[in-house]
Amino acid sequence: MLETIAYSIFNGVLYGTLLFMMSSGLTLIFGMMGVLNFAHASFYMLGAYFAYTIGLGTGFWVALFLAPIAVGAMGALVERYGLRRVHQYGHVPELLFTFGLAYVIEELVALFWGTVPVPYKAPEALNSTAFTMFGLDYSWFKVFILLVAIAMFVGLWVLLKKTRAGLIIQGALSRPDMVSALGHNVPMVFTLVFAFGCALAGLGGVVGGIHFVTDPGMAFMMGPIVFVVVVLGGLGSVPGALVASLVIGILQTFFLSVNFSLADTIGSLGIEDSGFFGVLWHMETTRIAPVLPFLLLVLTLIVRPRGLFGKREA
Amino acid sequence: MIRNKKAGLFTGTMIGLSMAVSTVTWADNHPVRVAYIEPLSGPFANVGDAGLKHFRFIAEKMNEEGGILGRDIEIVPMDNKQSPSESVQLLQRAVDQGINFVTQGNGSNVAGALVEAVDRNNRRNEDNKVMFLNYAAVDPALTNERCSFYHFRFDANSAIKLEALANYMKTRDDEIDDIFLINQDYSHGQFISKRMKELVDEKNIDAEIVGDVLHPIAQVRDFSPYISRIQQSGADTVVSGNWGNDLSLLVRAIDSAGLDVDVYTYYGGGLGTPAAVGPRGEDMLYQVTEWHADVNVDEGLEDYEKWFQEFKERYPEIDWYYHRIYNQMHMLKKAIEEVGSSDDIDAIAKAMEGMEFQSPTGTVTMRAQDHQLLQPMYISVMDADAKYDADNSGVGFRTVANIPVDQATDETSCNMRRP
Repeated sequence: MLETIAYSIFNGVLYGTLLFMMSSGLTLIFGMMGVLNFAHASFYMLGAYFAYTIGLGTGFWVALFLAPIAVGAMGALVERYGLRRVHQYGHVPELLFTFGLAYVIEELVALFWGTVPVPYKAPEALNSTAFTMFGLDYSWFKVFILLVAIAMFVGLWVLLKKTRAGLIIQGALSRPDMVSALGHNVPMVFTLVFAFGCALAGLGGVVGGIHFVTDPGMAFMMGPIVFVVVVLGGLGSVPGALVASLVIGILQTFFLSVNFSLADTIGSLGIEDSGFFGVLWHMETTRIAPVLPFLLLVLTLIVRPRGLFGKREA
Repeated sequence: MIRNKKAGLFTGTMIGLSMAVSTVTWADNHPVRVAYIEPLSGPFANVGDAGLKHFRFIAEKMNEEGGILGRDIEIVPMDNKQSPSESVQLLQRAVDQGINFVTQGNGSNVAGALVEAVDRNNRRNEDNKVMFLNYAAVDPALTNERCSFYHFRFDANSAIKLEALANYMKTRDDEIDDIFLINQDYSHGQFISKRMKELVDEKNIDAEIVGDVLHPIAQVRDFSPYISRIQQSGADTVVSGNWGNDLSLLVRAIDSAGLDVDVYTYYGGGLGTPAAVGPRGEDMLYQVTEWHADVNVDEGLEDYEKWFQEFKERYPEIDWYYHRIYNQMHMLKKAIEEVGSSDDIDAIAKAMEGMEFQSPTGTVTMRAQDHQLLQPMYISVMDADAKYDADNSGVGFRTVANIPVDQATDETSCNMRRP
């Protein structure tokens, strides 16, 4: 049992950090601009494809830096020439705009790179085994994921809380007129924040594309779970996103690693494995685990709509 | 007034004449049309698109050699968005257009809906019957309790694939001790989970099932918890009917955890999987199929190898994969030409029943009782040294065993209504 718990925590943290990488940009954009970006996972996908294509020419390490910058640049263009125009009509058109954008990006990716997954792989240096735990190997790539996520969190926190730029960004959100009067270009700040959020998604894609599969379906595969993380953590809260990612990662891994049902632990109490309640009573945790994040999403919205660390209602 | 009347008469005659002329040419030259009902948009579009390329290619090749009864074969693509109800509507549209042959394969739920719709149409619409050629839907029910006179399956069904796999595993059971089953949680995966356990007993395979997991389809992103359970169970062999990303991610997770197991699958060479798995699956990922690219090399099938290469030149991003489409279209040609007409569906279906066909891989037979094609099967393992790699992935497949027809068969409970 101890082994299972240790394993769940370790593996859950690994999975959680991946989730954090994908969701931090989304929560940042929402927190700063109030835009719920449905196309966020699409920028994550672009990150993976850009890194693959750039990596063919320059190798992985250069692509690791160039791909997020390229995704950020695309994000800036989208904000400047798309979102900003839609913004004046309110939040619903913004939502619809990003919703449509997600489909456009998916089709474009399929057009340029084809519908078959691309062979995007980790560099040789990261493929070797770093250590072995409970008989399972862990490659340097997994350690690398962990390090990138930590760097991302620390970097974000310092940027927002300790630098002048962070101060202006936060000011531009709550008192745009005042910040503007002080001589700062507020629309420019918004563009930069959106670009930065997209770049974070892109970085998530550079790493996630290797860990998962790089195909045009990857955005829609990750889209829902990323939203769960952001709502659970509290819309707009970066520390919230981190905690929510880890909670989901660990819980899901734990539920999958130990196989029990209510009937196994408490006893079947004469309840038969049929009917709505009976099926639920006998359902094994492995079958519940994949819906667990969405269960958490629904519960959060009922019990605590602003999420764990959020300041405003979802 | 008179002029008008004359003009009217003239126009009427012309219309009548042109209609007469067009009916004559229509009957002689109109193409034999096959409606291809598959997803051509949405998340499964890549699979539907690859299948369409197969059908278009074979239609072109067969047309070069005179088509069917001297008439061209025309593939009519229809996008069902992977939805059963949409497919039924499309079938109706095909009937309205006078199309008598329908082919589909992705999703046994779609195939099931089509079988019912085809039966209903053929009961009510005697003059415009439809024949359903199934090239990939493997649910055994379609040739058992839900079998139909107008449905023909050219892929080996799930029970047959598992049978072939079990027969192979029996020959290796001194190396195979502990088997772990991991499958998608729907009828397909549930069937494998249940049937594999029975087969271990029936075949007296000297191995034990040490784990049996069903996971939701296309939901799991992180397979490592499952890998930990496989490892804890001490399994040396994994059997999985997974396809698409569910298979790619599983194999990649097994490889990255350094787990030393053999993974037996249905769809290891399926579209996209070799590219996503890459060299990680080498000597680990097995598949059971009716053919794979290196069979041509092993068995010296030069014509078929040329066929494969021509397809690659035309569509560089994918490979010729569905050998069953080759069987299907050639058997359809044979049946129609035996009857001498492409309209008498009952007679064509009867001609297809029990038909033997010399496929490049050997003799294949359409079992009359349930319309299931019986064909030799191949067990192959992923290998970077294979002559032909799959989907430009750098890895192909190497045959490890040929399963003759009599070891790749199943029993059927089909009791179909014949016209």
